[in-house]
Amino acid sequence: MKTLFDKIWDAHVVSTVEDGPTQLYIDRHFCHEVTSPQAFNGLRARGLKVFRPKQTTLTADHNTPTINQDQPVKDPVSKNQLDTFEKNAKEFNLPYFYPLGNRKNGVVHIIGPENGFTHPGMTIVCGDSHTSTHGAFGAIAFGIGTSEVEMVLATQCVFQSRPKTMRITFNGKLGKCVTAKDIALYMISKLTTGGATGYFVEYAGEAIRSMSMEARMTLCNLSIEMGARGGLIAPDETTFKYVEGREFAPKGKNWDKALAYWKTLKTDENAKFDKELTFEASDIQPMVTYGTNPGMGMAINGTIPTLDEIDEAGRISFQKSMDYMGFKPGEKLEGKTIDYVFLGSCTNGRIEDFRLFANFVKGKKKADHVVAWLVPGSHMVVDQIKAEGLDKILEDAGFELREPGCSACLAMNDDKVPAKKYAVSTSNRNFEGRQGPGARTILASPLVAAAAAVTGKITDPRTIL
Amino acid sequence: MEKFTILTSTYVPLPIENVDTDQIIPARFLKATTKDGFGNNLFADWRYDKEGKPKKDFVLNNPTYSGQILVAGKNFGSGSSREHAAWAIAGYGFRAVVSSFFADIFRNNALNNGVLPVVVSPKFLSELFDCVNKDPKANLTIDLENQTIKNNVTGISEKFDINSYKKECLLKGLDDIDYLLSRKNMIEEFENKAII
Ligand code: SF4
Repeated sequence: MKTLFDKIWDAHVVSTVEDGPTQLYIDRHFCHEVTSPQAFNGLRARGLKVFRPKQTTLTADHNTPTINQDQPVKDPVSKNQLDTFEKNAKEFNLPYFYPLGNRKNGVVHIIGPENGFTHPGMTIVCGDSHTSTHGAFGAIAFGIGTSEVEMVLATQCVFQSRPKTMRITFNGKLGKCVTAKDIALYMISKLTTGGATGYFVEYAGEAIRSMSMEARMTLCNLSIEMGARGGLIAPDETTFKYVEGREFAPKGKNWDKALAYWKTLKTDENAKFDKELTFEASDIQPMVTYGTNPGMGMAINGTIPTLDEIDEAGRISFQKSMDYMGFKPGEKLEGKTIDYVFLGSCTNGRIEDFRLFANFVKGKKKADHVVAWLVPGSHMVVDQIKAEGLDKILEDAGFELREPGCSACLAMNDDKVPAKKYAVSTSNRNFEGRQGPGARTILASPLVAAAAAVTGKITDPRTIL
Repeated sequence: MEKFTILTSTYVPLPIENVDTDQIIPARFLKATTKDGFGNNLFADWRYDKEGKPKKDFVLNNPTYSGQILVAGKNFGSGSSREHAAWAIAGYGFRAVVSSFFADIFRNNALNNGVLPVVVSPKFLSELFDCVNKDPKANLTIDLENQTIKNNVTGISEKFDINSYKKECLLKGLDDIDYLLSRKNMIEEFENKAII
């Protein structure tokens, strides 16, 4: 009796070091410009080649501008990093390299699935913690550090200690205006940011089964924010339909063979997890965060905890976080004026997120004082937005689209929220300074972001839709 | 990689919980293409003001505290997988970080860069903070071979966990890649019998 996780893991064990980690074979490696240069330097220093060039997909996304991408990158340090990335891809003969301007360029965790590089049953790594996104396809996907990027390039393997397994079941149906992002923020607020450390999580239950692939990716993406190594969802018809026909998906006989195998990828009925949790989908409301880690979340119509509700050891950090955000313990957030809205990132930069946002703002107008950055996750998302006419709707409502990239998710480029300004952001981290030094981030779903963009305030989307 | 055996040192207290990697090294410093120089920007936003001047109230700018060990609050290193966080800590001169809980990826990254993460009990941790408050010259000893950490003020010591493979690597100063490269034929064998 095995869990889905066990099945995929066991199928990828090359060897086990005595009383040590497992040598795990990696099917697909994603790579971007920020966490790879030192790994390529390492290969050079050791005189090594890339072991399996076709198993690495490279895209520039973290440190790229989201306007004027057809012009040379202005910041010389960023330009050097991007040039180095290109030089490395060429020198090491990596065929799947998508630099700025390429039609397949975009946020690494968005272009992977979109182009069919991500399949059920795979082991997937990337020097980026949100690699957990790909778990939505029923894959073991996790973030690694640069030393491990070097290992994968050199040997197509990493060393990993076997994580424990946890199943989180969401029963029932989701309420109005409640999205995968809300489920995730709800779950992290219950478990805290360290609550799943050491575990690999499988999501199950009716609420998960009825989700689209885009929504599943949002949920798995955020697994890392509760400390989990990753999160995954057993593949089903929704998954197969999404993968079929994409450029790098198996074709013909290979497809039939793959599909037959993928259908075996589910947790056996009596398999044991190290931990099981269950939530009722109907308990979940649209969520916002009020503090400086993703675990500090609450229902949009709720109130920030009071100091008495925080255990003593955590009070210094809690107060520090409140001071940073400019909020008071015990207060409501609904109705507070905000300054920026960011729709994008590998959490919520997919077509479905733009549909939700556009449908909400349709026929309304952006609040004058709000600066809105709408950053699609990839060129494919941009093309789809245009094909569906969403760009017109957004434009009529006073919004403009930027070019793809990570953008204000980590603010490495010029998309920085100024100090003390409030940003309602669909990204994944509200850490101090994450969106720019001193920036105050409120994490939320695309719907809550849309409601904030048109009212200029934190607004419960249910009061408008 | 530098070897790690026994370390006795004063320590720098950072009694904050959930210190994340964006705090350890903010993203705007990730544009480098080598591993050098990150130590200067360790905890940059807490350490320097807007003009780049050291902020007096931050512990790294307080000459009373020094040492090769950082002692931090619960859940240290959560957030992104950036190994730059470990490079910044190593680059600053820390050889070990002590906390009651570490985020997974950070722990791996630290070990891969010769920085030893030591998990202690919450009580042991709070005693470390108390001791250094009373006397900034308080010190502790980490003995990797015996997997012990000792608070030299109270005389109390604790055992800590580390898997024997990683321990061996640190004691000898070896890294994973050398080891994996010696197993290349196993990898090829594995590929030949792959499922799909
Ligand atoms: S969008 Fe944000 S979280 Fe996602 S890959 Fe880019 S920086 Fe990382």
